[in-house]
Amino acid sequence: MRRQIPVVITFIVGSVLIISVFIPHKPFGQLGENFSVYFDIIAVFAFILGAGNLLRVHGNRIYKKHKDWPYSVVTVAGFTVMMIAGLFKIGGSPGITGDLTEPGSMFEDLYMYVFTPLMATMFALLAFYVASASHRAFRAKNKEATVLLLAAFVILLGRTPFGVELTSWLPDPLSFLEIPNLASWIMSVPNMAGQRAIMVGIALGVIAMALRVILGVERTYLGADSE
Amino acid sequence: MDSVFSHTIAAILTIGIISFLYKDNPLYKFCESLFIGVSAGYWFVQQYYANLLPKLFDNLGITKLVGAENAPEGALQALFLEGRLDDNLLYLIAGVLGVMMLLRLSPKIGWIARWPLAFTVGSSAGLYFITYFQSNAMSQLEHTILPLNSFNNLVLIVGTVTGIIYFYFSKEHKGVFGGAAKVGIYFLMITFGASFGYTVMSRMSLLIGRIDFLFGTWLGLVK
Repeated sequence: MRRQIPVVITFIVGSVLIISVFIPHKPFGQLGENFSVYFDIIAVFAFILGAGNLLRVHGNRIYKKHKDWPYSVVTVAGFTVMMIAGLFKIGGSPGITGDLTEPGSMFEDLYMYVFTPLMATMFALLAFYVASASHRAFRAKNKEATVLLLAAFVILLGRTPFGVELTSWLPDPLSFLEIPNLASWIMSVPNMAGQRAIMVGIALGVIAMALRVILGVERTYLGADSE
Repeated sequence: MDSVFSHTIAAILTIGIISFLYKDNPLYKFCESLFIGVSAGYWFVQQYYANLLPKLFDNLGITKLVGAENAPEGALQALFLEGRLDDNLLYLIAGVLGVMMLLRLSPKIGWIARWPLAFTVGSSAGLYFITYFQSNAMSQLEHTILPLNSFNNLVLIVGTVTGIIYFYFSKEHKGVFGGAAKVGIYFLMITFGASFGYTVMSRMSLLIGRIDFLFGTWLGLVK
């Protein structure tokens, strides 16, 4: 029963949502929208579970004085301060209906001067790893790799002032060979064709997977039997 | 917060993350741990104010019940003050399913958490089935059915069809079919190359943004 009931719930919810598309009348017409809201609400509780788990894991590391435990203190402190600043709107408009992102509030300051720089720099750091990946990718070992290299190179050059200057001397009849124009053409024609093939492939995969889940063939999301 | 002080904090955190390029060090570990904590806190608060409060508490009338002046009346007010069943009362189901999700923490009755999980998985499967079929499969194919009156249209049709042929693994890629799949690979390579180029550009612009912050906003060396 512990595994059968969830499978039945998945089947009913999934199939009702698919059927509802063909019945544009109340209550079926709004089911998709309503279920999306239910999904969002349940997701918040899953988030609470995740936050609880974060505190449990790092609390355990602090309590048992694991290696690098002071960094766990930093994580717990960062989480707690951000959460309190946001939930209680410290320095901002009081009350539940007050503006969360009011300028000068503690939550907004933490977002602007702690969260944003950390996130932006973390992603910016990837530029160096992308450069390292470029070094490997830009070695034209075969024809396919050469095509990838050329497409990436034209796109990169086409978006820089250097790329614009490089072919600006071309006469008007050959303007389609100017690197920025070439980059735009690659993006809107062959790239679009490849993107469409990938999107259709993904869609077919998602549809097949959704059917497997709804019909109860795919049950891995329920976890192990022992749980 | 004083702007010099706040910019200095942001700059120290920026340098802390960049310092990883040298090697793993205590300042980077501090910044990394802080990032994990602060981002978890940020998304927690965002989820509360973007979903839990308006979609559950407001609809049920709990916000009004706790004394918020501007909060709308919800299902509980309709039930107890007006004596009628409001449609919003159905959000109680979502709330109950959410609470059931928290039972995962209990070893004895943790299995109950599978019910809300089954609901979310089922609703995702049902919604994705329809949306992917409509927007990704049918819509993309519809936009590929073009008149063969230009070179670009021809390239689009050939690229899309051969790309799809490459993803078809139920038939061996041999002969004409194999040739078409090979052409499809070249189109896919162009797509990957374009995506790679764009990724490099976006990461570089982020890096330029951080360097501009350090040398411009913080130190004032770049105007």
